[in-house]
Amino acid sequence: MDHKQLLYLEEKCIQGYSPACTTTCPVHVDVKNFMAKVKAGDFDGALKILRKVLPFPGIIGRICDHPCQDVCKRREVGDAVSIAALEKACVQMSSTAPDKIFIQPKKDKRVAVVGGGLSGLTAAFDLSSKGYNVVLFESKDRLGGSIWDTPEEILPRKVIAEETAVLVDLGVEIRFNSTVGEVVSLPDLGRDFDAVYLGLGKISEHTFGLQLDQEGRLQIDPLTFSTGREGVFAGGGLRTSPGYSPVGSLSDGRRAARSIDRYLQNASLFAARENEGSYRTRLFTSTEGVELLPAVVPDNPIQGYTREEAILEAGRCLQCQCLECVKACKYLAHYKGYPRKYLRDINHNLKMVKGNHTANKMINSCSLCGLCQEVCPNDLNMGEVCKNSREIMVIKGKMPPSPHDFPLRDMQFSNGDGFALARHEPGKNGSSHLFFPGCQLSASAPEYVDKVYAYLREKMTGGVGLMLRCCGAPADWAGRKDLFREGRQEIVRLWSEMGKPVVILACSSCYQVFQNYLPEVEIVLLWEIIDRLGLPVVSAKDSPGKVAVLDACTTRHVKSVHESVRRILERLGYEVEELKYSREKTECCGYGGLMSFANPELAHQVIDRRIKESEADYVAYCAMCRDKFASRGKRTFHLLDLIYGADNMDLADREDPGYSQRHENRARLKDKLLREIWGEKVEEAQGFAAIRLDLADELKAIMENRLILVEDLQKVIDYAEKSGNKLYNQATGRYLAYYRPVSVTYWVEYSPRGENFKIHNAYSHRMQIVGEVKI
Amino acid sequence: MSGQKDQASKQSWQCCKCKIPMKTGKVRITYMGNDFTIELLKCPECGLVLVPEDMAVRKMLEVEKSLEDK
Repeated sequence: MDHKQLLYLEEKCIQGYSPACTTTCPVHVDVKNFMAKVKAGDFDGALKILRKVLPFPGIIGRICDHPCQDVCKRREVGDAVSIAALEKACVQMSSTAPDKIFIQPKKDKRVAVVGGGLSGLTAAFDLSSKGYNVVLFESKDRLGGSIWDTPEEILPRKVIAEETAVLVDLGVEIRFNSTVGEVVSLPDLGRDFDAVYLGLGKISEHTFGLQLDQEGRLQIDPLTFSTGREGVFAGGGLRTSPGYSPVGSLSDGRRAARSIDRYLQNASLFAARENEGSYRTRLFTSTEGVELLPAVVPDNPIQGYTREEAILEAGRCLQCQCLECVKACKYLAHYKGYPRKYLRDINHNLKMVKGNHTANKMINSCSLCGLCQEVCPNDLNMGEVCKNSREIMVIKGKMPPSPHDFPLRDMQFSNGDGFALARHEPGKNGSSHLFFPGCQLSASAPEYVDKVYAYLREKMTGGVGLMLRCCGAPADWAGRKDLFREGRQEIVRLWSEMGKPVVILACSSCYQVFQNYLPEVEIVLLWEIIDRLGLPVVSAKDSPGKVAVLDACTTRHVKSVHESVRRILERLGYEVEELKYSREKTECCGYGGLMSFANPELAHQVIDRRIKESEADYVAYCAMCRDKFASRGKRTFHLLDLIYGADNMDLADREDPGYSQRHENRARLKDKLLREIWGEKVEEAQGFAAIRLDLADELKAIMENRLILVEDLQKVIDYAEKSGNKLYNQATGRYLAYYRPVSVTYWVEYSPRGENFKIHNAYSHRMQIVGEVKI
Repeated sequence: MSGQKDQASKQSWQCCKCKIPMKTGKVRITYMGNDFTIELLKCPECGLVLVPEDMAVRKMLEVEKSLEDK
C-alpha cells in the first residue's frame, strides 16, 4: 500500500463531496450551508453565501429557474426543499450591504462584452474584477436583457438598477444603444480589443460571419465557449435558445470569462475544467429513517415565505452527507472524522520519518472487522487499510511495541508446551477430521472442548484428531507477518503429518485465518457439523425464551454459518431476535484487530453501544464475543452454553475468566485431555509455577487492567527468593522485588504467608533499568 | 495513602542483601534506544533500585507512549 494507493482509496470516500443541489446548480451555490443559515434565522449570513457565487443575488434570487430542486434528496421523503422560494425570501428580507469587491491590479488588456443580459453582465463583472478594462456594448438603453421580460411584481425594476450599478463601481464602461453589427462591427472590436465576449441573448440577427451549427446557431465550444474565431467567445441565451435559464446564462458568462482570462494569459483553455457547470454528484445520502415531511406552504403565496415559514422550510433540508460507515462504526466515529480524512492522516503517518506519529493509536485501534466496507457505497474497507499500515509500520520498525506485545505473548503461550498438542484419536492411526477448538474457547470454557471432542468422536467414524494451538490471528492483526508465517507453517506441517484431515473449527477468527491463508485446508465450522449431525444432548427446556444472536465479524460472509446457528437455536426451542447489526452487517466485540489492547476504553464503548441494541439475552458463537459482552455486564451465552448447559440460565452471567485464568484453563485442559483421553501421566507443576499466591479480587482486577499475569508474579518471586535481590520494608514487613522475564519489568510487593505468598501490589513498566550511575 | 505516609514507607525500604537503607541516587533507564538518567531510591552498595508504583504507572507510562510514537 503506497502513497498512490492511499490516494486512490481516498477517492472512494465521498463524504465531503457537494450534494446534488450544489453540483446541479451551474454556478454551484452552497445550498446546504445556505439552508443551515436560514434555519438558524441568519438571513444576512445566508445572503453572504449567495453572494459568494452570485454577482447579482437580488436578481437571480427572484427569477432563478432552480434546477437544484429537481435533484433535492428530500424528494425521497417528502417534497423537495423550496430552494428558490427560500432564496427569494432571503434576498427580500436581508438588505445587508455586500462586502467590498476585491479588484485585482489593473491589466493592460481590453475586453469587449457584447450584450447586457445576465451572461454579459456576469462576464463583465468577473473580468473587471480580474483587472481587465471592460467595455460593455448594449443595444438598448438599459441593462438586463431578457430579465426585463419578468413582471415587475416578481422582479422590481429598482432591484435591476441597484444590482447592475455594481459594474460602474468596477469601472466597466457601458455603451448603451450600441448594437454591434450596426454601430460597430465585429472586426472593429477584434482590432480594438484583445478579446470579445458575445452574450447577445436569445434573439440575434447578427451572426458576424461566425461558424454556425446545424440549427443555425453560433457554434460554441461547450467547454471553453470559444467560437470559430480567435479571441471571440460566446454564450448565454444565444447558446441555449429557444430555452432560457437565467442561472445558466450567469454560468455561461462566468465560464466564458474564465476562458478569456486564460486566453489573455496564454494559459490552457482546457486544463482542469472538470466539474464546471452542472454535474452529477458522487455523494451518497441515505434517507432511511428520515421522517417524511411535506413542503411548508407560505400563508401568502404571492408574498412568499415569512421569516418563520422560511426557517421551518429550511429545517427540512437534510444537510446531505454520507457518513454511512461513521454511523455504523463507533471506532470511525471516535476520531471525529471520516475515512477520507483518516486516510490522509494515515498516509502522513506512514510517510513521516521524524516527529510524532499521531495516527499510530488510530491505526492500531481498528477492529479490522470490515463493517465499513459492508455499508460503504464504494466498498471502502478501512480495516484493510489499517492492517496494511500495521504491516508497514512493523517492517519499518515504527510499530509501538506496547499495544500488541501482550496478545502476541499470549499466542506464544498457546503455541508452546503449555497448551499446544496435535494427536490422532486414541486407538486410530489416522484422522478423517481434526478438531481445532482454538485458544480462546479453550481459555474461556475448556469443559466444552472436552465435551465437543467426545461428541465428534462419537459421531464420526474416520477418526477425529485434536489440535490445540493458536491459529495466528493475533500476529495477523498485529501486522507481524513473520510470526504469522511461522505459526502457519507449523499448522500446515502438523496437519500434513496427520494426513490432511478436514479441520473442524469452533472459532470464527480461526475460520477467517484458515480461509484467507490456508486455502489448502478443507474447513468447516462446528456449528455446521452440529446442524448436520444433530444436537449432542437433547436438553428439554420448558420455555427457553428469546435470544439475540451476536454474529461473529470474522465470518460475516459465511451465510451457511449464520443459518446453522439459527437452526440450532430453533431446535433448542429459542426464539431468535435479529439485532440491527447482524449477519453480514455484524459488528466486532472489540477484541478483533486487538482493539481492546490498543484502545481499551474505545473497545468498551463499542460493546456498550451494542448492548443497547436489545434487551434480550445475547448468544455468541465466538468465545471472545461472549466474554467481552459478559465483562460489560450484558447477559450473554455462548452457543455451547445453550447446547450443554441444560437449564442453567446463570451461564449468561459467567464472568470473563481474565487473562491469567485463560492461561491456566488452557494448560489444565491439555493436562486433562492427555490424562483422560490418551491416558498419559502428566507431571505436576514445577519451578516458578509451583509458587502459590494469595490474591485479593481487587488486585486481580488491577492486574487484568495492567496486563499482568499470575505467572509474571510467580516469576518475580521465584527470582527474588532465589537471588535475594529484594527490598524489605521494616514498617510493613513486606518485600518488594522486580524482574524482567520479557520486555516488561514486573514489580511485586509481597509477604510470605506460610507456604503461600500474599500479594499486596503489582505493577510494571516497559522501560529498562540499565544500571546505576555512580554519584 | 497520604503523601507523607507514602514518603515514610518509601524511606523505610532497605536492601535485603546489603542490609542498608535505600538512598536517592542516579539511575540509568532506557527505552527504544533512548537513554535517561533519573533520580530514584537505590541501594548505595549493590545498586538495586526502587521504582515506585506511581512513577511506573504514570510518568514512565507517559514517556513510554510518547517514545513509541516517535
